[in-house]
Amino acid sequence: MSLLKVQNLSVSFPTPGGRVNVVDDLSFELGQERLGIVGESGSGKSMTGRAILRLIRAPGRVSGNVAFDGTELTGLSQRQMRAIRGAKISMIMQDPRYSLNPVMNVGTQIEEALSTHERLPRRAMKHRVREMLEAVRINDPDRVARMYAHELSGGMGQRVMIAMMLIPRPRLLIADEPTSALDVSVQGDVLRLIDDLVRDNGMGLILISHDLALVARYCDRILVMNAGRVVESCAADDLEHAKHPYTRGLLAAVPQMHETRAELPVMDRTKWAGT
Amino acid sequence: MGRNMSAVRLKNVNIGYDGTRVVEGVTFNVSKGESFALVGESGSGKSTVLKAICGLAPEWSGSIELLGQPGSHTPNLSLARRCQMVFQDPYGSLHPRKTVDAVLSEPLAIHGLGDQDARVEKVLSDVGLDRRFRFRYPHQMSGGQRQRVAIARALILGPEVMLLDEPTSALDVSVQAEILNLLKRLRRDRGLTYLMVTHNLPVVSFLCERMAVMNNGRIVEIAAASTLHNGAFTDPYAKALYAASGSVGETRDR
Repeated sequence: MSLLKVQNLSVSFPTPGGRVNVVDDLSFELGQERLGIVGESGSGKSMTGRAILRLIRAPGRVSGNVAFDGTELTGLSQRQMRAIRGAKISMIMQDPRYSLNPVMNVGTQIEEALSTHERLPRRAMKHRVREMLEAVRINDPDRVARMYAHELSGGMGQRVMIAMMLIPRPRLLIADEPTSALDVSVQGDVLRLIDDLVRDNGMGLILISHDLALVARYCDRILVMNAGRVVESCAADDLEHAKHPYTRGLLAAVPQMHETRAELPVMDRTKWAGT
Repeated sequence: MGRNMSAVRLKNVNIGYDGTRVVEGVTFNVSKGESFALVGESGSGKSTVLKAICGLAPEWSGSIELLGQPGSHTPNLSLARRCQMVFQDPYGSLHPRKTVDAVLSEPLAIHGLGDQDARVEKVLSDVGLDRRFRFRYPHQMSGGQRQRVAIARALILGPEVMLLDEPTSALDVSVQAEILNLLKRLRRDRGLTYLMVTHNLPVVSFLCERMAVMNNGRIVEIAAASTLHNGAFTDPYAKALYAASGSVGETRDR
């Protein structure tokens, strides 16, 4: 059975010209695999991730079905949802500087993520936190556990976020642009770390990013989104042979390391977005 | 003007903030009409170098020469006319309560240039913006359009040197392609000199002729942009940076 089954998911927001579907009738299934969702700003990729966790607030409206491990999420109460968030499905956000609590030290935050979902003796709790910090390759876990968010570098902050999200041992991880606030040299480390942890623990991963190359490298399957719809779905290896003109346009617009083109091809956005 | 062939010349420049030195012994030379890149990670001091050149980082020592004039420790009107900067984030660098027209007219007023109406119209068409954008506010435009306005603001004084601080890293790939094409065309049409800061090596490959790799406030290697075709860097840090930014299909681990 699939881990996550999304059917006819739509998210809409009111505008002066009527409600607009930012996610439009989206369906996909996810097993224990790594799925990448790519698209430009405004394509609805982040809204898809948030809709799965029911994080969209009024006046946004969500319709459609999201089944996680056989349970229909759309019918659950907020209280029941809280038992799923973090424990079963976790989400890593873009910038650790904004998603970590600035007035609570790192160790306490990670502990909180665990104690919300599990009752453990104090000593065991400390041990799990230490173990988790080691798993995200932080060299001196005891020292880092006492630090505050502002004392951490971007890469370190994102590692702490990952530790916090993975400590309740969720089945599915949604990573929304996990590395776009980080330096190139650190990006690779963080993604490899996510990749290892996801594979070792047999989790599912949804990697949301605007970076085609990155998604192709770390995912098994790719959905390309534009204006709330999936325009192309393919195996990561077949990305170079993508057929849809939008995907082709995106691929061609990326400058290459051995660039020889005098001009980069530009997409005629009026054709796709209607704006 | 033709007497001196280099547009920007730095010799043994040290730059600090409040007594802490962040850039040390930087020496490079950008010829007129050249496009030169400073690459490196955040915190390597690359943006600081740009700031020192246009007088926004006053604590520097050594020698900075800009179009034959000695560099200044404070923002300087006559240098500003010839050397303009474009910042990374168009969301942050445009005043939210000023229209495009006001943003573009201000440098003209400061420098006492007349014929404002015609100049604003001209620069807008140069950066590929329709005239209906002239009376819009930043929030009424997309990221790419805003960055075009930021470029127009720099261009309106007719500078010879443009300092570009990560001009496309806040933009989507397809919009990035448009802005890169625009920058390339403007340089060709106006014979501009670019000094660009970026962490994106493929962008350097597209837009620049030479690059300096910075690490911990020092330049570790200066190389031709064509070095990016085969990665033949000599410095170990430059090699590592090149390896970390591999493009599609080249380094796929699975």
